[in-house]
Amino acid sequence: MPLLDVKDLSVTFSRRGQRTVRAVDGVSFAVEAGEVVGLVGESGCGKSVTSLALMGLLPKQKGVTIGGSAMFGDTDLLQTDERSMRDIRGRDVAMIFQDPLSSLNPVVPIGIQVTEVLTRHRGLTGEAARKEAVELLNRVGIPDPSRRLKEYPHQLSGGMRQRALIAMAVACAPKLLIADEPTTALDVTIQAQILELLRELVRESGTALIMITHDLGVVAGMCDKVNVLYAGRVIESARRKPLFADPRHPYTNGLLGSVPRLDSGKGERLHAIRGSVRDVLPWPDGCAFAPRCDQRVEACVGEPPALVEDIHRHAYRCVNPESRTAEVPS
Amino acid sequence: MSTKTDKIDRLSELSAAKEDEHGVSLWTEALRRVRRTPSALVGVGILVIFVLVAIVGPWLVPYSPSELMGINEVRPGVIPGPSAEHWLGYDHNGRDQFSRLIVGARQTLLVGIVSTLIGLTLGALVGGIAGAAAGLGGRIGRAVDSVLMRIVDMLLALPSLLLAVSIAALLGASLTTVMIAVGVVSVPVFARLLRGAMVVQAGSDYVLASTSLGVKRTKIAVSHILPNSLAPVIVQATLTLATAIIEAAALSFLGLGNPDSATPEWGLMLADAQQYLDVRPGLAIFPALGIIITALGFTLLGEAMREALDPKLRK
Amino acid sequence: MTETLVEVDDLKVHFPIKRGVFLDRVVGHVKAVDGVDLRIAKGQTYGLVGESGCGKSTLGRALLQLTPPTGGRVNFDGTELTTLPAKQLRSMRRRMQMIFQDPMSSLDPRQNVESILTEGLQAHGLGGDRTERRKIIAKALDAVGLPQWALSRYPHEFSGGQRQRIGIARAVVLNPDLIVADEPVSALDVSIQAQVINLLEELQEELGLTYLVIAHDLAVVRHISDTVGVMYLGALVEEAPSDDIYRTPLHPYTRALMSAVPVPDPEVEDRRERILLAGDLPSPANPPSGCRFHTRCPWAQPTRCGTERPELRVVGTGAHRVACHFVEQIESGEIRPHTVKAEVIADGAGSKDAHGALETALETPGGPGI
Repeated sequence: MPLLDVKDLSVTFSRRGQRTVRAVDGVSFAVEAGEVVGLVGESGCGKSVTSLALMGLLPKQKGVTIGGSAMFGDTDLLQTDERSMRDIRGRDVAMIFQDPLSSLNPVVPIGIQVTEVLTRHRGLTGEAARKEAVELLNRVGIPDPSRRLKEYPHQLSGGMRQRALIAMAVACAPKLLIADEPTTALDVTIQAQILELLRELVRESGTALIMITHDLGVVAGMCDKVNVLYAGRVIESARRKPLFADPRHPYTNGLLGSVPRLDSGKGERLHAIRGSVRDVLPWPDGCAFAPRCDQRVEACVGEPPALVEDIHRHAYRCVNPESRTAEVPS
Repeated sequence: MSTKTDKIDRLSELSAAKEDEHGVSLWTEALRRVRRTPSALVGVGILVIFVLVAIVGPWLVPYSPSELMGINEVRPGVIPGPSAEHWLGYDHNGRDQFSRLIVGARQTLLVGIVSTLIGLTLGALVGGIAGAAAGLGGRIGRAVDSVLMRIVDMLLALPSLLLAVSIAALLGASLTTVMIAVGVVSVPVFARLLRGAMVVQAGSDYVLASTSLGVKRTKIAVSHILPNSLAPVIVQATLTLATAIIEAAALSFLGLGNPDSATPEWGLMLADAQQYLDVRPGLAIFPALGIIITALGFTLLGEAMREALDPKLRK
Repeated sequence: MTETLVEVDDLKVHFPIKRGVFLDRVVGHVKAVDGVDLRIAKGQTYGLVGESGCGKSTLGRALLQLTPPTGGRVNFDGTELTTLPAKQLRSMRRRMQMIFQDPMSSLDPRQNVESILTEGLQAHGLGGDRTERRKIIAKALDAVGLPQWALSRYPHEFSGGQRQRIGIARAVVLNPDLIVADEPVSALDVSIQAQVINLLEELQEELGLTYLVIAHDLAVVRHISDTVGVMYLGALVEEAPSDDIYRTPLHPYTRALMSAVPVPDPEVEDRRERILLAGDLPSPANPPSGCRFHTRCPWAQPTRCGTERPELRVVGTGAHRVACHFVEQIESGEIRPHTVKAEVIADGAGSKDAHGALETALETPGGPGI
């Protein structure tokens, strides 16, 4: 049984007088223990809303409807009430956000914020908690941890803040870590440090990681399995190597062609996808990507394409997929 | 091309653009948002009634507001209350209270508008010059800004009531005095607000873009920085209309307003009523209610406009 | 060799740090740009790359005289810009334009597209009457791939990519020689980035434009540029033709930067050698002595690196310039990389006494595929 089994997750936002938005529209994926799973997509594809729904962090108010299931062991994360969710968050499932500054409390020293987690979930207090906090900061590579404990978030650099946030996330050795664009706000060399830290944590502690990102390069270097999202649905899902070597969905293929690569020369035109993410067809009317797709055929319109899976467990939602180009490494 | 692919193209065109429709400017957009806010509509409703009353009121009232028609019925300790002919009774001089209330709306509106205009004009002038100088003017500009803003700071440091009393002492008690005093008090608020907004806008990318296009500095200040800095000032003006009416009432109440009570004004009516609070509290209650409701109308509209114009709340 | 359009010599931009309640007292300087020389050839693209705070944007603005330089010279097609009187500078601006990172904030929200595009023409008295101006604008819109109905629209009615096209149209409508593009694609979605990069390349071919492209994304810069300059803390550390810098990065910082860029290819990612830099970027208000990179450099030597600031010097064949004392020895393998202790960089006051235990330098190739 997988560690986390998300089935048919959907999130809709409706407001009086406005069109209902299906931000997530039937997303299914599974995460095995110790595995790194990527959710990739551009703005508005539903990747962040998916993570917020799993963490129970979407506002519980009229107009927000969550459907489907997300089985984490025996509990359905989507059906859990706020009180038990507070116990699960931080202890079993933890999250790292894009902007470390706004996810830390600006007026509370780092040390207190870290020990708070330890007190809440592991019952550590006083000197024991302090010692453990120092140990944690040391583990995520924050130099001179006992001194850092007394500092406020604004006194740390962006990279150090993200490390502090990671320290809080792994404080209770969670089984699952969700990282939402953890390096987008950071410089390239700092990004490399943080990614390396995440790799180490996964390797050493066996934590499973859901990596949410728009950066295909980050995915290529980290993830075991990759789910590509478009307009709220998974449009392609495969293990890392087959996905990059042999993308079947024209959108995935287009994304790969859009990214300038260090190892390609000047003058080669990028293979851009036309239009913008605003030009979507509503899923019930056909494939949402059809208006931007170079490969579209008549069958693309009328009904949404189903997710088909080939023998290599490479799944894609397309009626006219890219032809196979390479021999697939298993 | 097949019908189905045709359909896709049409759909994507639909989602991308409505060709015949004209662009929507930010002002239009803001107006649309104000129209969708219930509290703003309540505010506007109140203000429409108030303005209508102020304009046509004098022709509608049953009696002249200055005619001492019931003077014989007023005795020490007795002021006749509401009756079928005089809905709100007499005032302390035997004049029809209802007529005075209706006619007084005009003076009150006048005080509010004129004093706000005084504050807005002077404040925007000082703030605009300081803001443009600070934003674009290099070393000399910064010096000009510094001098202007220190003067404004000094004005701001004086208690507003003290300032108003001194102006009244200088010019003598009259409605004009009240308007000038209330207006001058709001000058620093407008000046600081506009200058602050302009300095922020001057640092924005589109100003840099215009500079790099080679547009003249004065043109940038007038056609980019100023229009983009007006929103908070307009909101403040609406809110100031409310406070101006209350402040003017306060000054009249203190006896700095028009000493001639023949032309009714709500603040003055309130001031007169204070001596008869124990005899006929209604004399004070109705003008006070008028002031409060009108001020509420302006405040509701102002707050709704603040939300509609705030770029941070824009989606 | 092609003709040079822009010559920058020893350009410096120092921002004073002021403190004080009544009278501002200058307590120090942020040396955002501290002595940069570069040449941009006509019709070519110079790519300037570096991490946040390295001064690349300030350099772009100082080159256009939008931020007054503290020292040095900028020569644009034979005209010295730093001493040019304001009026002549203003008319010179027609020939050098700028494209901004954030397409929303660089467009006046209260101007419609027509007014945005006309503004420059009016400022320079170009285009004669309204109908003629409309023709020029229509052509520019066409060139950047926007429909004509865009003219009456306002910026907030467009998507991010379309807004960036408006910004590009505003620049090309004046028919400039040079365009400085400051992070032109970093605010855009991946699929839109490619469209804008392609557009910039097409416009360059059609109009013979010269570009200075400033970006933090090495892959973007490498893709679009003929020559790449790498900046670190206010100075160029390496400059070379785009292919050379990718094939043989010489400066330790460039090597680290190059190895840190994720490549969307699992095969490459699994094989590559990662040079992880220890610690954060030092504050430009208090830069390290000598070579500014020596505090984080895995190849730093006890002599010279900490005391003597390396000049940008030609290494190998003509066009490759590097600012490092020990390039040759590093290249030949004579100097081996070692671990570096991370120095703690406080965001506010610089506490330099604290040394931590973050020790990472060279990751062995072929890390386990988690």
